[in-house]
Amino acid sequence: MRLPPQIYEFVSILLLLAIGLKGGVELAKQPFLTLVPDMLAVIVMGFALPVLAYPVLLQLGKFKRADAASIAAHYGSVSVGTFAVAVAYFGTIEVFYEEHLPLLLVLLEVPAILIGILLARGFSNQTKWSSVAHEVFLGKGIVLLLGGLVIGWVAGPEGLTSVEPLFFDLFKGILAIFLLEMGLIASSQIAGLRKYGLFIVIFGIVMPLFSALIGCGLGLLLELSIGGTAMLAILAASASYIAVPAAMRISVPEANPTLSLTASLGVTFPFNVIIGIPLYLELAKVMHAFFKG
Amino acid sequence: MNTSDQYQRKIVTIVTEAAIETQLSKDLEALQATGYTITDARGKGSRGVRNAGWETSGNIRIEVICDTTLADKIANYVKEKYYKNYAMVIFMSDVVVLRPDKF
Repeated sequence: MRLPPQIYEFVSILLLLAIGLKGGVELAKQPFLTLVPDMLAVIVMGFALPVLAYPVLLQLGKFKRADAASIAAHYGSVSVGTFAVAVAYFGTIEVFYEEHLPLLLVLLEVPAILIGILLARGFSNQTKWSSVAHEVFLGKGIVLLLGGLVIGWVAGPEGLTSVEPLFFDLFKGILAIFLLEMGLIASSQIAGLRKYGLFIVIFGIVMPLFSALIGCGLGLLLELSIGGTAMLAILAASASYIAVPAAMRISVPEANPTLSLTASLGVTFPFNVIIGIPLYLELAKVMHAFFKG
Repeated sequence: MNTSDQYQRKIVTIVTEAAIETQLSKDLEALQATGYTITDARGKGSRGVRNAGWETSGNIRIEVICDTTLADKIANYVKEKYYKNYAMVIFMSDVVVLRPDKF
C-alpha cells in the first residue's frame, strides 16, 4: 500500500504552506528587528551541528569523508515533518511557543548544506555553487515556507480567514495522511539498516539527543519560553530528508545517498516523532526549572 | 515510409537518477541537441531497486534523436561526467524519422 506520489506531493505542499502562513500571521504581530539575534544564533547552530557530527562519523563510524560529510549535513538541517508533528502536539496539549519558530525553521535548512559540501570538498573550485543555490533556494521547502511566511505576514489574520478551513482546520488530518506515507517510507528503509548495521541506529538516536541538548541550551540562552526552547531542541534534533539529500546528490555525488537517508528517515524521524518530541519538552521543562529557578 | 539514408537517425536513451535531470538537460542543450524527451521511470539494476518510492530515489529516461556524430558525442560526454557516481545506463539504436530537418 502506498499513497499515489501526487497525493503525497500535494499533502506536503499543504503542510509547508500551512506552517508558513501560520508563522507569517504571528510574525506580523511583532517588530522584525527584535528577532535578529535569535536568527543569527540559529544560523550559527546550523553551522555548528554538522561540524560536531563530522569527526564522530569519520572516527567512530569509520565512514569515508564524503559519506561522513553528507550524513553530518543531514543532521545539521531540519525536518519540516517533525516540526509539523510538534506544532500539532503542542497545540493539543496547549503549550505556548514563540511565533517566530517557523522562521528559524527556514533559516536552519541552509547552513548545514554549505558546511556539508565544504567538509566533503574543502574550498574547491569544482563545486558549482550556482546550481547548489538553485537546488536549495528554489526547492519546494524554502519556496513554500518562505512564501507562506510572507503571504501570512502581508495578509494578516483577517486576510487569511477565507483559506483558514483548508490550511488550518484540516491541518491535523493532512498531517495524519502525511505521517501514514512517511511511516511506509521509513519502514522501507529497514533493509538499509540491516546492511549498514548498528552504528547507523546508534548514531540516529544519540545524535538527535545530543543536538536537542544544544538546542535547549540555546533556547535558554535566547530566553525563549519553555515551549519555544523545546521547539528549538526539536529543530536541532531533527534531520533533513528532502532538501539535503537532493543538494548532496548533486554536489557530493560520491557520497552514498542510501546511507544518510537510512539514518535520517529510517531511524531519526520515527524516533523523534514517537519518543523525541515529548522527551525534548520534558528536557526543556527540567532545564528551565534548573537554570531559571 | 522512406527508409533511405537521409531519414536515418540515432536515438540515444539515458536511464538515470531524477536528481540530475536539470544538469543533464543543460548538458544536452550545450551539446546542441535539438530536443529531448524525459519520462519518469522505475526499475532495478546494479545499484539496487530504484522504485521512485522517495523523492530522491526516482529515475528518469531521457531520449534524444540526433545524427550519429552527435549521438557519440552525447554518449561519451555523459558517460565521462556521470558514470562513476550515478546510477546510469546509456544505449542507442537506429531510428527512421519522418522529418529529417528536425533532427
